[in-house]
Amino acid sequence: MEHPYLVFVKLFELIGLGHFAHAYPHVIHSWVAMIILIVLGAIGTKGISMIPTKGQNLLEIIISGMEEFMVDITGEQGRFLLPMTGTVFLYILVSNLMGLMPGLFPPTANLNTTASCALTVVIFTHILGIKFHGIKYIKHFLGPVWWMIPIILLIEIIGHLARILSLSFRLFGNIMGKEIILTILFMLAGLFFAPLPMMVLGIFVCFIQAFVFFLLSIMYFSGAMEHAH
Amino acid sequence: MEASALQFFIVSVFAAGFGIAISAFGGSIGMGISIRSAVEGIARNPESSGKVTVTMLIGLALIESLTIYTLVVALILIYAHPQASAIAALFGAGH
Repeated sequence: MEHPYLVFVKLFELIGLGHFAHAYPHVIHSWVAMIILIVLGAIGTKGISMIPTKGQNLLEIIISGMEEFMVDITGEQGRFLLPMTGTVFLYILVSNLMGLMPGLFPPTANLNTTASCALTVVIFTHILGIKFHGIKYIKHFLGPVWWMIPIILLIEIIGHLARILSLSFRLFGNIMGKEIILTILFMLAGLFFAPLPMMVLGIFVCFIQAFVFFLLSIMYFSGAMEHAH
Repeated sequence: MEASALQFFIVSVFAAGFGIAISAFGGSIGMGISIRSAVEGIARNPESSGKVTVTMLIGLALIESLTIYTLVVALILIYAHPQASAIAALFGAGH
């Protein structure tokens, strides 16, 4: 497939790293997403005060909205998880929305980026389970009665591995499918603004997919924190 | 080699198209059932529309993801199967 014109890849070509940028555009663009988030956070927290200004108000609404939504699901014991889940939500949202701008590439339209997010979430789930229950965390995998252990253990292990697969494939498939549809519509009737309705739908899909990833990671975390039954 | 690669490509495209069609059939039935229940719930109790809508959207995204898995498999079948480079050479030679 012919590569489209990507602004940041051309920028890397100018400073002599074109080979790396052409091979890994998703890495370059995930750096761009990180820079956007870091700069936004730095600007928002620079003049922090008790009487919030406009920008601080907006950031506070976003952060407190996420926190309240999360505490509704996990209960009070899960409040400390906000840095992890909030970062996942904002990073995926910014990465998805980057695909709507011409000249940028959404990093989540590559399986490597989404798999890295899913691996982080699933491994952190088990770290959380071991931190909360210690050695008794194994009871989550053993089922209610002892003679069913061989079956239940196998099913649980497959289920936990399928979480990685489903989290990464869902995000990748949605964003990649949107990109392909936009490309095809642009090739068919780009002069008549054919991709515009799909782009409006795309904003919706970007938000919903980031939200589903956020919600499912919260569900997995709260499942690891509660007692086995 | 080329003839077998072309045959493999034809079968892949065929399977990708029919797979998308079948999975969209099942997914749309599931989505229809869930939307019907949500609309009935909102009609009986309009105050609960906010919570019902959010839950329904999440459920729709989860149902849709099953169809999206088929899309991923279709993309793999068309672009990333073992003989993709042979096919690309075949079409590149025609230009």
